[in-house]
Amino acid sequence: MSAATKRSKDHGINRRSFLHASVTAAGGLLVSLYFNRASAQEGASAAQGPPKINYPPDAFVEIRPDGKIVIQVNRLEFGQGVQTALPMVLADEMDADWASVVPQLAQAKDIYKDPVFGIQMVGGSGSIAHSFQQYRELGAKTRAMLLSAAAKNWNVGADTLRTEPSVVIGPGGKRATYAELAKAATAMPVPANVRLKNPSEFRYIGKRTPRLDSRAKCDGSIKFGLDFDQPGMLTAVVAHPPMFGAKVRGFDDADARRVEGVREIFQISLPRGSGIAVVADKFWTAKQARDRLKIDWDTTEIAKEDTTALWAKYRQLAGTKGLSALARGDESALDKIASANRIVAEYEFPYLAHTPMEPLNTTIRFDGDRAEAWVGSQFQTCDQMAIAQTLGLKAEQVLFHTEMAGGGFGRRAVPDSHVQREAAEIAKKLRGTTVKLIWTREDDVRGGFYRPMFFHRVEIGVGTDGMPAAWRHVVVGQSIMEGTPFAMMMKDGIDPTVAEGITDTQYNLANFNVSIHQPKVNVPVLWWRSVGNTHTAYVMETLIEELAERTKMDPIAYRRKLLKPDAKKLRAALDLMEAKSAAWRQKLPKGHAVGFALHESFDTGVAVAVDVSIVNKRPKVHGATVAVHCGLAANPLTVESQFQAGSGFGLSQLMAKGAITLKDGLVEQRNFHEFVPPYIMDAPVAVDVHIVPSTDPPTGCGEPPVPVISPAVANALSKLTGKRYRSLPLVEI
Amino acid sequence: MAKFQLTVNGQRKEVNADPTTPLLWVLREDLKMTGTKYGCGVSACGACTVHVDGVATRSCMLPISLLGDRPITTIEAMANDRVGRVVQDAWVEKDVVQCGYCQSGQIMSAVALLKETPRPTETQIEESMGGNLCRCATYVRIREAVQLASQRLK
Repeated sequence: MSAATKRSKDHGINRRSFLHASVTAAGGLLVSLYFNRASAQEGASAAQGPPKINYPPDAFVEIRPDGKIVIQVNRLEFGQGVQTALPMVLADEMDADWASVVPQLAQAKDIYKDPVFGIQMVGGSGSIAHSFQQYRELGAKTRAMLLSAAAKNWNVGADTLRTEPSVVIGPGGKRATYAELAKAATAMPVPANVRLKNPSEFRYIGKRTPRLDSRAKCDGSIKFGLDFDQPGMLTAVVAHPPMFGAKVRGFDDADARRVEGVREIFQISLPRGSGIAVVADKFWTAKQARDRLKIDWDTTEIAKEDTTALWAKYRQLAGTKGLSALARGDESALDKIASANRIVAEYEFPYLAHTPMEPLNTTIRFDGDRAEAWVGSQFQTCDQMAIAQTLGLKAEQVLFHTEMAGGGFGRRAVPDSHVQREAAEIAKKLRGTTVKLIWTREDDVRGGFYRPMFFHRVEIGVGTDGMPAAWRHVVVGQSIMEGTPFAMMMKDGIDPTVAEGITDTQYNLANFNVSIHQPKVNVPVLWWRSVGNTHTAYVMETLIEELAERTKMDPIAYRRKLLKPDAKKLRAALDLMEAKSAAWRQKLPKGHAVGFALHESFDTGVAVAVDVSIVNKRPKVHGATVAVHCGLAANPLTVESQFQAGSGFGLSQLMAKGAITLKDGLVEQRNFHEFVPPYIMDAPVAVDVHIVPSTDPPTGCGEPPVPVISPAVANALSKLTGKRYRSLPLVEI
Repeated sequence: MAKFQLTVNGQRKEVNADPTTPLLWVLREDLKMTGTKYGCGVSACGACTVHVDGVATRSCMLPISLLGDRPITTIEAMANDRVGRVVQDAWVEKDVVQCGYCQSGQIMSAVALLKETPRPTETQIEESMGGNLCRCATYVRIREAVQLASQRLK
């Protein structure tokens, strides 16, 4: 996903290239890069955005007789605030009364596909970046149609009219509300071109706007996918393979069937191996029955992975050159630098689980010639297609509702839609009954689709000026894209997400060589919030701070000196962070240290300074100052909130029990007592966020908070202990 | 299966359930009160926090047969609770929520804390809220909202 937006530039594919979904003859979903020839012929530059589609306002906006304005949101809300921000954008251009706006998560339909990716999805921090222009135009067109309707009613020119929130005002103080005009407006032609506001005219865009879903999320009334209910609905759980790809050889369900309330127990095939589905009247019944199954698993054919063995293999691979991901300058320059002036650093990053708070679930009702599904989905197009295929239907025969989701962090963006396929296998057997599949937390923690393990080996030759004169970087880790439809985005066998954050570094590194190894391992892997940047920013920013220290330069000045001249966003963020953190940095209490990090991802530049001490043998982050360049911030309150909380999320990597490990093919962690994300005492106490003022096109804010925080904290810890932290998680400091 | 009499948010309820069923699932599936959330099932994340006899309690491991006649209070009753309403308002004013899935449990823990300790220190906040996981990590704003609610509870 990050790759889709970012790498397309590097690989010489126009940024307007977008994913095109279709069904292959074999029945698999094909998501291919689709090059938009018509717009390419315009000779446009890569910065001009996606191809023009004339979106019909009536698919997005409904004005009800009571004045309520219902706005369809074309992507999942799972915390990032899009259900507030996109309606703000549309309502602003429409001049709608904000108090009357009601957002709705759109069903799966072609019209709601992401304008850049070409499938209905959210990812790559694209919520605002991709739909800002689209929603502005939708709002402006709706307003224009309302004006036309009023002009016709009053028999005056539309240019004599103006609007105030949800009201058209005409000559002589004539007034008509949007609700009064709505019906007539739908008969007006949809204008092809509309004037958009100047930023100085914005009513809502750029203003700190509270979330629309706050109250319902505080009083228990909001319904997440897991809360979905219908009369007669049944609940299913699945006994999943204990090792990835294991198959059921045989099973005894006699005990399980004695649990009162059990309806069906049957074997199902899974994208990896097979399992036993238990369908019951309630969750607890289903789970108890599952616990009583006796299953004989066939694990003879599968690789039994072991993370200790994998580290040895990865370390060995890192000593050799891999596929070249970037080659700049003279690679042998490094070998000419005396060993005293070289740094050799090796880093380890473990598997990480996403563990969104709402456990994975999908509800489906299959009625033979049609189906209905309720899913907190990041990839509606793919998930709808997967359900349809499993049920032998066409995608349009599956009415697909997007449900509010309790977090995702990448886990609901799964190319093979395995949870939806599993739910559809079950629904197929229970035709005419709505069935909700629930993954328990144990299913989730042990279920794979982790951020891959990565090993880095970096050799840096330091020049006489203390700046890097040569840099050789080898990254070892599984490809996320290989074997999925996203493999179409790989070039020369290279998954661009493996070394993103290194290959596109904004530092001016001479004699810079990056190569990668992508070993095949029997552990399913997936993008984890900020994808490759989770580990690459950690390596880059701890090494840069080490280099600055070695040459006794101020780490901010060192970074500024090393940045490319055109690293506009990072320079602005660095300057702002320096200014805003200066006061507290100058009066750090005894036992505290400051650490910095600077990183651009998803076209957003971020600089951070953290105030850290050691409390109970753990890092305590007393405060953080974050500066962000994200272009125009559509909702600065959401941006602030994303960066505050995203800093806490990013610290997942440093938690003592923050790793997924495998032994003899089995995942060793089961639940939150063994895979422990940050709790309140582990997160920063305070985070002040500063946004670089800008009217540039908005860029992502969901993922960019994550990469910077852990290297900044590690840098501060190094100052306190004199140690380097190159193996995560931080089991001890 | 057995019949159980419960007092939930001041109302008498009768349910027919397996005695081992945790209170969480009785609330969610038998009483259709889905504000209380399933997050882990092992009392490790706090998403299922309710008040039993006024004490913040994880409902995901509490078998219904062990409840007796102790009164249960859930997030659905907080809007009509003196402290609950103040805490919810503080949460909204501070724009705390992101995905929001853990926030019922966060609010139930905060209400229990403030009823016991109206002026909590930072350490007391960390201790009382320390069992409530927020995967979005909205903790900075949770701290601020607890403090705001504390100021308003006179």
